[in-house]
This record gives sequence, structure tokens and C-alpha cells, in this order.
Amino acid sequence: MESFSPKLHLPILIFGVAAPFVIPGVTIQIAVLWVMVLFALTWDILGGQMGYNSLGNILFFGSGMYISAVVQVSMFADVAEYTASSGAVDFKYTDAQYFWGLGLGVIAAGIGSAVLAAAIGWTMFGLRGPYFAIGTLGIALTAGELMGTWSWVGAGGGLAMPVFPGSADGKSMMFYFLCFFAAIATYLFCSWLYSTRFGLAINAIRDDEQKAEAMGIHTLRYKTIAWSAAAFFLGISGALFGNITGFVEPLEVAFPVATFGIFMVAMSLLGGKGTLWGPILGAILFHFLKEFTWTYFLGWQWVALGVLIIVNVVFFQQGIMGWLMDKFPERFGIVVDKKEAAE
Amino acid sequence: MTDTPVIELNGVSKSFGGVVANHSISLKVPGGGITGLIGPNGSGKTTLFNSIVGYHPIDEGSIRFKGQEISDYRVPQIARLGLLRTFQQTRIYSNMNCIDNMLISIPHRKLGFRDMFKNRGDKATMEEVDRLLDFVGLYEKRRLISGDLSFGQQKLLEFAMALMNRPEVLLLDEPTAGINPTLINGLIDRLRRANEELGITLFVIEHNMRVIMNMAQSIYCLAHGELLAHGTPDEIQNDQRVIDAYLGAH
Repeated sequence: MESFSPKLHLPILIFGVAAPFVIPGVTIQIAVLWVMVLFALTWDILGGQMGYNSLGNILFFGSGMYISAVVQVSMFADVAEYTASSGAVDFKYTDAQYFWGLGLGVIAAGIGSAVLAAAIGWTMFGLRGPYFAIGTLGIALTAGELMGTWSWVGAGGGLAMPVFPGSADGKSMMFYFLCFFAAIATYLFCSWLYSTRFGLAINAIRDDEQKAEAMGIHTLRYKTIAWSAAAFFLGISGALFGNITGFVEPLEVAFPVATFGIFMVAMSLLGGKGTLWGPILGAILFHFLKEFTWTYFLGWQWVALGVLIIVNVVFFQQGIMGWLMDKFPERFGIVVDKKEAAE
Repeated sequence: MTDTPVIELNGVSKSFGGVVANHSISLKVPGGGITGLIGPNGSGKTTLFNSIVGYHPIDEGSIRFKGQEISDYRVPQIARLGLLRTFQQTRIYSNMNCIDNMLISIPHRKLGFRDMFKNRGDKATMEEVDRLLDFVGLYEKRRLISGDLSFGQQKLLEFAMALMNRPEVLLLDEPTAGINPTLINGLIDRLRRANEELGITLFVIEHNMRVIMNMAQSIYCLAHGELLAHGTPDEIQNDQRVIDAYLGAH
């Protein structure tokens, strides 16, 4: 549908591959950019395409982070012993152990988070509109608090991830590309999903869920799968992010509801929710703006982001893509009957 | 037309707080025919439709679809059995174009897990979409966003979507309300053809007496939540209780 997407593929791919070599100083910042793209894309599966505004998707980022941490640690050490020592005992992981742990940890994070989403969705999808938003927000906040009391995974003190067996630059490079691939995989998945009957079904749920039910659509099944798919990619991003920071802690790192959790929503709205490219453009713009204000207007960065969100929500609700689609509908394959509009 | 009822209601009651919307309603909708449901505003017609399609649980009574008790079923399950309804306030997927509206209205009763991820429509499905959009006269407008259509056109689209679902029974809630009088005749003709050519049983709520008297073989009349009369259009037209109910004497 979105006719310019092939034109954006190549520049983004070139930028993505070249960035860590051309501007190595900001490799991690750009890695985070890809995580942001993944955040916005996964948020939009429900928020934009299905009309379910979740404020708690960060839950699956955190669950993925904890699942990978536990898998990575537990494969070659006792988790309770590991966390209890708080890094005092030096658990040495061989290269093979580290990479096996990481690989399995990332996969387990994706699958575990998807299963969690299915389980939570089974109850949460009884809620509609603002109640769903508040309900999901509550669950994400609760998850952070609960993890903070669970000493097996380090409770509020957190848990140090196994140390990367190589140079700091090597670590940045590897995780940069893992984040980049995760974002690409998410994009390809969404692009494919929206082209199938599944895409139509979740759009139908967005436009009129009661009608969709009355037409016999398996609404709960579609909603659960959509959320699980989003959670799968979010879980993977959490696993990668936990390994990048090297330290998992419940409130600031794993379940940052008020920052990453809100950024996902803000980025999708900025770019234009309910479109494939809107969340991507929104994430890129948002991330650059955020890095810019953090660097040059430190102290005012939250004010700047707040202003951006307010302007976006009050004056520019359709977002960048929505605005473009209104302005140039024929470029997006949308047919407008001018005669009809006048009737 | 067969004699076995496809829908059979026995003593169906539904109250909202102290308001009795339906009180002990029993009726039969014979398969293959067109049955009408009339009554003054607020007489409980739409509530009865909502009860049949599982929109809310009923307080008492039994609802059978082809002999099967469905009063405990939920909306999508009943729809997948082939018992479909349209809405009084037309409901379509307003941000999607007409073709997409039609494509997602395929029958879902046999869709398995893998069918969810198939192409939006294969060749046969696309042909059916074209044929049905042509049938309701919306073929030229098929690529337009459905929310931009006029109210009457949206109503026609909703009807085409219902046909796309290949229902056995179609419950139509005021199909001609808000439609331009010149379009009404065309719509009646299409409803009849859906009934005769596709064999879909119709159960129709209608305020337009000319329409319902012409179409239906049998008519039920509700007033104040109770079944007031039942008969052929002629019998109903000459029933003093029905006339009183409409003129407010009841």
C-alpha cells in the first residue's frame, strides 16, 4: 500500500550497516534507535492496527530481559547463588557458555514473553478503550514492583548479566547488529502480517469490534495472537537490551513504564498510528530529537518531549503518515471519490 | 419453504432493571421464507434480535436454531452457525475500503489457525466480492473508503457483507430505514432475490409497512414487550389490536 516503502528500504539498510563503522562513537545510541523502531512497530500492532491502546507493553520488554537473564545465568550456575553473591563471586563463563546462553536466552525471552502475553490477554481483552489502557498500565507497574521483591532474581538490587568475553567495541558491534536485525525482522513480520487476512481482521476489530463479532470473526483469537506476536519481538529486544546495559534492575531498566513504556506510544502517534511506516518514522524522529535535547538542552529535555507530545496529540493527531495520506491519498493507493464527497 | 422452523423461540423474557423489554415471547421463523417483525418504537424488537444473536443473556426461555439450543452461545459462535444480523445503525468497517470490508466478511465457521495468515482473498473470493458488490450496485465504488459512502450505500454494503458470509438466516434490523425512497424498491428486490436465489431465510424488523406487507409471508407484531399478534400480512393489516398499538390506543 505505502508506495514509497521500497524507496526507503535501501537508504535505511545502507545507513544501518554503515553507521557503526562510519560513526563508531554513537554505535550504542543507534542500536537503541533500532530498539525504538521495534518498540513503535510492536506497539502499533495493537494500538494502531487493532485499536487497543496498551500502556503496558513495556511489560514484555522486562519479562524478556528477566527470562534471558535467568536462562543465561542458570545454564552454567545456580541462579540463587549467583544473585545472592551480587557479583562478589566471580562466575566465569567460557566463550561457548556465554554465546550459547545468549542465544538460548534471547529465544526463550521471545517465546516466554509471547506466552505471557497470551495468558494476560485472555483476561485483559475483556477490557475496552481506556479501561484496557489503564489495565495494561497497572499490570506493567505491578510487574516492576513484584520483581523488586523477588530475591531469587536479585529483587530491587538487580542482577548483573554474564560479562561479554571480548572487547567493549566488539560487544557494541555485536549487539548493534543484533538490535538492527531484530528491528528488520519486526518490520518484515509486520509488513507480511498486514498483507494477510490477519491484517484485515485486526483492522476490522479496530473499526468496529461488535460488528466483527457479529460477523463471526474469532476476535479473541486474533487479539491474543496479535499481542503475543508483539510480545515476542519485545521480549527479544528486552533480552538484547539487558545484555547491552549488563545489569538488570526492575524499575529503571526492565520495566521503565514512564520512559520507554510511554515512548512507544508517543513514537507511534508522532509517525502516524495504524500505518506500517508511521511508527518507524516516528521512532527515528523521536529518537533524534530525544538525543538532541539530552545533549544540548539537558535539564529541559523532559519539557521538550512533553511539548512535542502535547503538540502531536492536540494539533497533529494523524501523525506524519496520516498527514501524508490525507494530502496525497493517490500515492498510497487510496481512492477518493470527489464527486461523492460533494454529494 | 419448509415447515420446520429454523428459529424457534419459547417464552423468551428479557428485562433491563425494572424495564421488561421482552415478556415471554414465543415465535417460529420457518426456513426459506421471509418473516416480519413489527411494532411501535420501544416495543422490544431490537432487544429480541439482540437476544437471538447472543448479544446479551436472556432471563428466561429457550432459543433454538435448527433445533439446537443457542441461548447460552455468544455472538461470534452464533454468527458462525450461520445466523447473522445487520444493525439498525449501519455498521461497517469505516476505515477500510469496500473490497476489504467484503474480504473479511467471508464465512469464518471453518477457518482454522493457518487460514488466518492466508492471502486476503484468492481468485474465487475476489470474484465473489465483485459479483456481490455488483449485485448491490456498489461495484463502481469498490475501492472507496467505506466510511465515505452515503448512508444508503453503507447500508447496501452491509447487506453485501452479510451475503458474503453465506448465512442461512439473516436478521435484518430496519433494512430500509434512512434509505432514499427510490432506492428502497431496488433494495426490496435484492432482499427478495437473496431469499429466492440464495435460499437465505430472512427475519426482518421493519417500520415501513408497505415494504414488510409486500415482502413477508408471515408477520409478528410486538407491543410493550409482548407478542400482540401473528398472521399473514392481510390478517395483521386488519387486526384491530395492531392498529390500536400503532395509533397509541394500546
